Amino acid sequence: MSNSRILEVSVGIFVALGIAALLVLAVNVSNVSSFSAGEHYSITANFDNVSGLKERSAVSIAGVTVGRVTSIVVDPDSYEAVVKMTIDARFSDVPVDSSVGIYTAGLLGEKYIGIEPGGAPDVLEEGSVIRLTQSSIVLEKLISQFLFSQSDKKDE
Amino acid sequence: MFDWFAQIGKSAIDFWARLGGEVLLFLQTVMAFSKIIFRPGLIIQQLFSIGVRSMLIIIVSGFFVGMVLGLQGYNTLIDFGAEESLGVMVALSLVRELGPVVTALLFAGRAGSALTAEIGLMKATEQLSGLEMMAVNPVERILAPRLFAGIISMPLLAAMFSAVGVFGGYLVGVDLLGVDTGAYWSQMQARVDFDQDIVQGVIKSVVFGVVTTWIAVYEGYTCLPTSEGVSRSTTRTVVYSALAVLGLDFLLTALML
Amino acid sequence: MQATDKTLVRIRDLHFSRGHSKIFNGIDIDIPKGKITAIMGPSGTGKTTLLKLIGGQLKPQQGTIYFHGENIPTMKTKKLYEVRKKMGMLFQSGALLTDMSVFDNIAFPLREHTELPEVMIRDLVLMKLQAVGLRGARHLNPSQLSGGMARRVAFARAIALDPEMVMFDEPFTGQDPISMGVLVQLIRSMNEALELTSVIVSHDIEETMAIADKVYVISQGKIVGHGSPEEMSQSNSPWISQFVHGEADGPVPFHYQASSFKDDIFSGEYVD
Repeated sequence: MSNSRILEVSVGIFVALGIAALLVLAVNVSNVSSFSAGEHYSITANFDNVSGLKERSAVSIAGVTVGRVTSIVVDPDSYEAVVKMTIDARFSDVPVDSSVGIYTAGLLGEKYIGIEPGGAPDVLEEGSVIRLTQSSIVLEKLISQFLFSQSDKKDE
Repeated sequence: MFDWFAQIGKSAIDFWARLGGEVLLFLQTVMAFSKIIFRPGLIIQQLFSIGVRSMLIIIVSGFFVGMVLGLQGYNTLIDFGAEESLGVMVALSLVRELGPVVTALLFAGRAGSALTAEIGLMKATEQLSGLEMMAVNPVERILAPRLFAGIISMPLLAAMFSAVGVFGGYLVGVDLLGVDTGAYWSQMQARVDFDQDIVQGVIKSVVFGVVTTWIAVYEGYTCLPTSEGVSRSTTRTVVYSALAVLGLDFLLTALML
Repeated sequence: MQATDKTLVRIRDLHFSRGHSKIFNGIDIDIPKGKITAIMGPSGTGKTTLLKLIGGQLKPQQGTIYFHGENIPTMKTKKLYEVRKKMGMLFQSGALLTDMSVFDNIAFPLREHTELPEVMIRDLVLMKLQAVGLRGARHLNPSQLSGGMARRVAFARAIALDPEMVMFDEPFTGQDPISMGVLVQLIRSMNEALELTSVIVSHDIEETMAIADKVYVISQGKIVGHGSPEEMSQSNSPWISQFVHGEADGPVPFHYQASSFKDDIFSGEYVD
């Protein structure tokens, strides 16, 4: 009897360890813990350019992640990128006149959306649209602008 | 001339007959799952000899692979000043590729070969025949619980491998080489996606579990009942499993990316 | 159908071949109920194959095998497994499951096929072990048993479900005189005590003839003779008399088929 007891216990430990490992992978290694569950509301913002931004990119206020990008589509009329994001319901008092911008974490890091809170008394709620947006900086454009301005200076 | 065509025809027919037999046996085994789930004792026994006994080698290997990834990754990333991304690199390599693949290869060597030898010896010593004559279907009693336990064990083992590996990479990267703890974890969490990466890894390891365990069980069940036959089948199990795992890994990666 | 009352297994016109070699070429065998039937013949005549055919593990190309009036080769798998519960088979090697103890081996068919409580299984197993004289060996593993003991355990397992018929595949081969005597006596006494129908496949003439009620001799895919052991030993068929008396040369030649020795030795052909 004790033999089969050892068997059962060790198999129990094996399965528990395996599931624990899966949980570690899900919670500690990946980002499933944040915003998959719980209350949240979604807002949209239109950008001229979102290059580098992806679904599930982070949305942050003052560097703290408060939400995720859920979808990026192109508006067929204006050819602008319409970015939809969900914000955790804990951050429900963001002023409506806040502005959003696409930033890069470090020189080669991930793109993320940063929200700069405004000063209006009204707050963002489900379905709100943010008007003030600052597009993604495209490195190539920046470099070429810089190079052209340099060459312009030389010509003078 | 006709002999030559006859030869081709014969090998083609033999091939299809063999393939048909394999598929039929596989289906019978899978059908038998419905009977063995009411007998957890059988599955626990097999989880022990397949899963628990492979656990140590998987954990130790995972740890070393993680440490090597930490070391190599750091040396490459530091050239770009991107050593903060070490966590991402270690975690992605493990979760998407090395975890499922290396686990499956080790599993084939550890558990697969043992399964083939066990079933092959049962055949050589007439135990399988004996079961049949005792009105016990060896497909239900011997093959099904082993296949089932293999399919359950593989993703659990692969998860352990990856989790331990991430920790091994952390030890080398953070404790030894001085990457920032926060950067290691937060970059990892920001870039490793649950649906994309973790779930894909788990799907892969389930598929590898089915394939490697089935190859092992099938080779044992169909081996020549002699000591030479058993040893040949055992070798074949390891070779076929390794090839199948690497080939399927490419296919699955291409399909899921 | 008076015959069916007394005949448990009735084999008619059985043909079986493996690859190109014909193993049985139309054999007829009647196995009477409650008796010991011996099927004898030199090695390689497919005696074990015959038992596997009766057990339904192999399918003949032609012919019928009636067990209780039902044809085994045409049976559906499920039915076949039902029928097998009424048969026990003792393999040459014992075929004990190596990953469990002697006790668990004998309890195995009971646990697989009955819902009996563990207490009752224990009693049944101990009864069977007592019958084969190995009650004291119940905690041993099959690897710790001698060949003779393994066969006795296998015998106990074969009768665990109280089958109607037990088939013995070469039960005496490779046994020392004492365990051979034990097995002979066991088969005889069990046959009487349990009213078993026994089928023994063997080439150990003396022991088999001593306990058999009826003997069939097979050679080259045919039945070459059958009858009681007395009839067989007095048979004037040269073949049977060669086999029964173990003569080196006779209808079964001492030499494997070859060209004449003289031609061969002077042919100057090299063996590579």
